[in-house]
Amino acid sequence: MERREFLQTASVVGAGLVIGFYLPPGRGRMPAATGPFAPNAWLRIGTDESVLVMVDRSEMGQGVATSLPMLLAEELEADWSKIKIEFAPADKAYTNPMFGMQGTGGSTSVRAAFTPLRKAGAAARELLVAAAAQTWSVDKAECRAEKGAVIHTPSKRRLTYGKLAAKAAALPAPAEVPLKDPKDWKILGTRVRRLDTPPKVDGSAQFGIDVRIPGMLVAVIARCPVFGGKVARFDATKAKAVPGVRQVVQISSGVAVVADGYWPAKKGRDALEVSWDEGANASVSSASITQLFAQRAEQPGAVARHDGEAETALASAGSKLDAVYEAPFLAHATMEPMNCTAHVRPDGGGVDIWAPTQFQTGCQQLGAGIGGVAPEKVQVHTTYLGGGFGRRFELDFIQEALEASKTAGAPVKVIWSREDDIRQAQYRPACYHRFRAGVDATGQPVAWTHRIVAPSIFARVFPQTIKNGLDEEAVEGGVGMPYTIPNVHVDYLLTDTGIPVGFWRSVNNSYNAFAVECFIDELAHAAKRDPYEYRRDLLTKAPRHLGVLNLAASKAGWGTAPPAGRARGIAVYKSFETYVAEVAEVSVASDGAVRVHRVVCAVDCGPVVNPDIVEAQMQSGIVYGLTAALWGEITIDKGRVQQSNFHDYRMLRLAEMPHIEVHIVPSSDAQGGVGEPGTPPIAPAVCNAIFALTGKRIRKLPIGKIV
Amino acid sequence: MPPIVLTVNGKRQSVDVAPDTPLLWVLRDNLGLTGTKFGCGIAQCGACTVHLDGTAVRSCVMPVAAAAGKRVTTIEGLSPSRSHAVQRAWIADDVPQCGYCQSGQIMAAAALLAKNRSPSDADIDAAMTNICRCGTYQRIRAAVHRAAQEA
Ligand code: FES
Ligand code: FES
Repeated sequence: MERREFLQTASVVGAGLVIGFYLPPGRGRMPAATGPFAPNAWLRIGTDESVLVMVDRSEMGQGVATSLPMLLAEELEADWSKIKIEFAPADKAYTNPMFGMQGTGGSTSVRAAFTPLRKAGAAARELLVAAAAQTWSVDKAECRAEKGAVIHTPSKRRLTYGKLAAKAAALPAPAEVPLKDPKDWKILGTRVRRLDTPPKVDGSAQFGIDVRIPGMLVAVIARCPVFGGKVARFDATKAKAVPGVRQVVQISSGVAVVADGYWPAKKGRDALEVSWDEGANASVSSASITQLFAQRAEQPGAVARHDGEAETALASAGSKLDAVYEAPFLAHATMEPMNCTAHVRPDGGGVDIWAPTQFQTGCQQLGAGIGGVAPEKVQVHTTYLGGGFGRRFELDFIQEALEASKTAGAPVKVIWSREDDIRQAQYRPACYHRFRAGVDATGQPVAWTHRIVAPSIFARVFPQTIKNGLDEEAVEGGVGMPYTIPNVHVDYLLTDTGIPVGFWRSVNNSYNAFAVECFIDELAHAAKRDPYEYRRDLLTKAPRHLGVLNLAASKAGWGTAPPAGRARGIAVYKSFETYVAEVAEVSVASDGAVRVHRVVCAVDCGPVVNPDIVEAQMQSGIVYGLTAALWGEITIDKGRVQQSNFHDYRMLRLAEMPHIEVHIVPSSDAQGGVGEPGTPPIAPAVCNAIFALTGKRIRKLPIGKIV
Repeated sequence: MPPIVLTVNGKRQSVDVAPDTPLLWVLRDNLGLTGTKFGCGIAQCGACTVHLDGTAVRSCVMPVAAAAGKRVTTIEGLSPSRSHAVQRAWIADDVPQCGYCQSGQIMAAAALLAKNRSPSDADIDAAMTNICRCGTYQRIRAAVHRAAQEA
């Protein structure tokens, strides 16, 4: 992030001790260990030597509860073993500068915090050093900070941060403090152990679903099985007869059965009689959607990229390739089902929300609206998230808890069953890609056209961003096709299907990577070239793509024979400013089942904060994408989702886990994210390996069985 | 209905609930032991794994009446201060990501190691069928081997 943006953030939060912000005492949610030294929104140093870091992004497995404190601790010269964390409340001080809202997504957390958090640490360190120099009446230049203490170098005198905290708090803010040279980093770039591991091995980490508030009731909600449908009427008699059911109330998403616990609430919902007004989507099916896509693909779309004259070049090309690629709707299936606990007090008495959420600003605004109070009277308590993957950027489950609490007049925790989670989501868009390419006599591509037909997430959540029918986010991975081809045309047909679509780990990149990286493989085959070498020769103007491609190929032993019965496939893709290449080694069993044995991943994400977390995120992203590629498919019949739980929406398990090797490119180039970029390349790498092994080209996901 | 009596983490508990209530929800909602998680409710994911008389079971499909008179161990009761070999291995390998599945994974691994002190990869494949949506399987496998070695 740029300094200008950082200062903007600082000015948003107003004047305070150093660079901005001070939580006034007596606010709803003060950090547990309040120290006298609170130089900015993220840091509290106590006289007891505690160093509390307010983590202002949601920890959903991607490691922010460790990587963000690392940024601060490096410049603070903190003693890492003293660092404690707390999740930040909803507050403007915690706005994600890449979003303009407080939220976690788009693999932005470390990139956005990389400069501000280090500066915050450096400014605090300067104050502590100044406080020590003042105490000893020595020149600041003779003092240095090290492991949570300031040392006067000539006399070896030492004062810990806890002892300096009170004095540091009274000092004026330093001017611009320079940041350390990366070669002097002690914490950044190292395999610091995760701060959230210990509470995650003894059951003490609190997830949203674990929240317990005095007087709290639990609600399970009956919703229309058809998207967009409404309650026509309901009869609560049988539901209320279930012991433990307290109330049955209508809210905007359906009918909430409110009970003493989950089990009576669920039994109550099972007993509830509701008839639905199914609305306009009752006749939508997967077949009708495919038909719609195919029809739409016959007409030109909104132009997303236009280099040269692809149509003319195609007409005169020596040979042509033509292919259609399709990918299905996908559910996120976070391990922790959706849930939220809300307490809407009567008569404008304020609102509390406890939630595993990726979107604190949204929670706060929604709470203000439903609670009839100013946003400052809405306290958002972010818990650990049992997975996010974009699903928890949505506010549907937050709204339900707020409405249920308000109507029931009590704190209410809404819990979704797994069936609710699979059937009532905002899905990764299904899509249809029409490609045409022309190659010359030597096999070099001279023209490439890519038409993307898909519903748009942004048309639902930020409709103002759609210009002339173009959703720039939806086509990003098509527009970003990195190969040197003189004539390129990419267009887009925004096509609503009635099925809600949302952010699913890596968003558009999951489907565009599949389509683009498989079709370029088709070109390589048509040119009778090795698919790695063919890519390499077309990536001479894309050095970071090329770097990871070469690294993955060499580490995978590309060009050597794979073990008997296996073949390799390769794919390379940039998303969220990070470049990833993956080589998959695949076999197909006699019953057609695909087995991925090994994945070699090369990643270039610029400066690395914690290589252990980068590796874990690559593994995680690969498993997520591989699960979807092999089996993931949400199908629709009569406007309803046909899958419901893990028996028919299959997850990869340990026995099916490939061995994954992650290689990180040392890089000081622009920094990218790591939560998502591991996902896009795996589907094409596997499909390309299947082609190499069997000659069967997978143009429609999921892969399923090879017959 | 008479209350149902069971022993949870060494403590006798008497609960007054419908006998078909799954053990999972008794643990979570009645006894406040929220370390055991809800993931699917149909014995597919293993997030709800606890030990019943020493054997790993999926508590979401076990009516509490079936646990009457038995010994239940949850993640909270596995060891004092995370000292079980499996927990130590999980910490050493930084296994968890979101962490939501990990109580169940750890209980499944602890039950496996109690029966089989040096499991092979195939033994681990067969015993560890819990779902991890974050894909921590590679580290889970490594940590099970580490726990077996260091136990
Ligand atoms: S919640 Fe019991 S197996 Fe999934
Ligand atoms: S660590 Fe997230 S589901 Fe396993």
